[in-house]
Amino acid sequence: MKSVSIDPANGAAGALFIAIGAVFAFQAFGLELGTTFRMGPGYFPLVLSLILIFLGCIVLVQATQVQGEPIGAFAWRGMLLILPAPIIFGLTVRGLGFVPALFLAALIAAFASTRMRPLMAVVLAIAVSLFSALVFIKGLGLPFRLFGPWLGY
Amino acid sequence: MDLFSNLALGFATAASPWNLLFCLVGALLGTLVGVLPGIGATATIAMLLPITFQLEPVSSLIMLAGIYYGAQYGGSTTAILINMPGESSSAVTALDGYQMARKGKAGAALAIAALGSFFAGSVSTFLVALFAPPLTSIALQFGAAEYFSLMVVGLVSSIALAHGSIVKALGMVVLGLLLGLVGTDIYSGTPRFTFGIREYSDGLNFVAVAVGIFGIAEILRNLESEKTREVLMAKVGGLMPSREDLKAMVAPMLRGTAIGSALGILPGGGAILASFASYTVEKRISKTPEEFGRGIVAGVAGPESANNAGAQTSFIPMLTLGIPANPVMALMIGAMIIQGIVPGPNVATEQPKLFWGIIASMWIGNLMLVVLNLPLIGLWVKLLTVPYYVLFPIIMAFCSIGVYSVNGNAYDLYAVAFFGLIGYVLAKLRCEPAPLLLGFVLGPLLEENLRRAMIISRGDPSVFVTRPISAILLLLALTVLIVVFLPSVRKKRDEVFVEED
Repeated sequence: MKSVSIDPANGAAGALFIAIGAVFAFQAFGLELGTTFRMGPGYFPLVLSLILIFLGCIVLVQATQVQGEPIGAFAWRGMLLILPAPIIFGLTVRGLGFVPALFLAALIAAFASTRMRPLMAVVLAIAVSLFSALVFIKGLGLPFRLFGPWLGY
Repeated sequence: MDLFSNLALGFATAASPWNLLFCLVGALLGTLVGVLPGIGATATIAMLLPITFQLEPVSSLIMLAGIYYGAQYGGSTTAILINMPGESSSAVTALDGYQMARKGKAGAALAIAALGSFFAGSVSTFLVALFAPPLTSIALQFGAAEYFSLMVVGLVSSIALAHGSIVKALGMVVLGLLLGLVGTDIYSGTPRFTFGIREYSDGLNFVAVAVGIFGIAEILRNLESEKTREVLMAKVGGLMPSREDLKAMVAPMLRGTAIGSALGILPGGGAILASFASYTVEKRISKTPEEFGRGIVAGVAGPESANNAGAQTSFIPMLTLGIPANPVMALMIGAMIIQGIVPGPNVATEQPKLFWGIIASMWIGNLMLVVLNLPLIGLWVKLLTVPYYVLFPIIMAFCSIGVYSVNGNAYDLYAVAFFGLIGYVLAKLRCEPAPLLLGFVLGPLLEENLRRAMIISRGDPSVFVTRPISAILLLLALTVLIVVFLPSVRKKRDEVFVEED
């Protein structure tokens, strides 16, 4: 029996292309397609997503032919702590205000490294928030509140 | 003569005290972030882009140009001192530069890189001034069909210069184009692909996408393996290259400048190719090819000059046609659009101050790097010893502020996280992010011109091949595609890109 082996990186890339293409194609069908003369909002995206699906299929087929290097380790800790940082800043910047929001974002990002010690992280986050408040709000005059309504300001 | 009066106008604009200051601040900041290991020019610019938005258009673009040169220089510094090139274009510098540093000639290597870049920058700035206006007048005759075809050429060339699989690079372009279409359809006002989120109806924020895909993804990659870096700082001393070194660098520098200037004009990232091409040429004509890779002056001077010349001339398609030649130019175009300037041939006639100011500031930015950064090199080296885990929380904080300050839209910050994840996953799957960013910038323009061309031709697609300029451009794109798929070229291309790993 012939076993089919798939190169993990290319296989995943092909599958990802197909999946994203399918999502866009599905959405594009919900829009007016129009004609080649007067293209509707869905025409060009539909063509593109079909091309993307097609390319994804080619990548997938290629993945069964050639074995590449393995994908390698993912930075799970990094992803879990770095990616939420801007989200937390976005969620709290209006409510808590600029300084506490930035403090939280920097603090959580700091723990993405295994080498960071808690005290160091807190000191760093405080320093970053104060420095940014001085430079961006006082210096460059960005129109953000330093402390927000959730804190009673 | 027109050229000189134009250049004079440019220098008058760029040399105003405020603009000089912004150029200086940009160059310093660019170097500061650029020397962070593993962070290349594109990621640096993406991170620093938002701080320029508070300025008026001319100053902001001049500052961006400063950031660009600073970032490039910073990238070469890390390549030479710790063998960690931030971007593929400085990967070639690392080959011989790092070896020079290990021999105790780190200072000389850094000086050679800076001087070579400055010379190349001066020559190519003049070339940009010389060639940009005539190209602009050609570009003014472009209709929708020509623009469409031209963008196709740019996108296809970006594939040719990406690493790894061509099909995957094509996929990244198409994905970028699709992402660029998120937002409101300009003809019908229908919201598209916004998943019902009103905050995305103006489209995805360009800065958020760029910061996520280049900046955040880069940080995550660096966090994969936190190893201690060996900084060759004790050996940085004696900045001045010896007389022999200077003699040895002249010819490679001249050749590198010529190669870089020619390749930089090509849409799709000629600057990257330029440093490889220059290295190959130097190795081939050298009397001592075996010395390459062991710390030879020509191996630093040639590629660094070529790299900088290419970076400079890649402004030509950006300034005249509004077509980005590489991801950095895509960032510049994004910045222009945010400043309310429509990039394209009209910029030269409608905003001569801006147009010539940018050209002049290129040269001033290069000069500042030589004058300021060579003495400051000790400071940059110290910065390299700051542990990475201290730096990236700071970067994350600045990224968040920067992206939020563009529109005060919290959804842009969610987009940063999303594209950081996407960018990281795609990088793990060995997909290049550069074609995606080009596609993202060009997506809306491509669609608009396609639809306009079809309306003008009453639905007849043959318009793209019956109009001569458009036909030539499409033929060019086709040729590029065929060439990159040719087995022999493919093999050669693999070799070129393998060398950098």
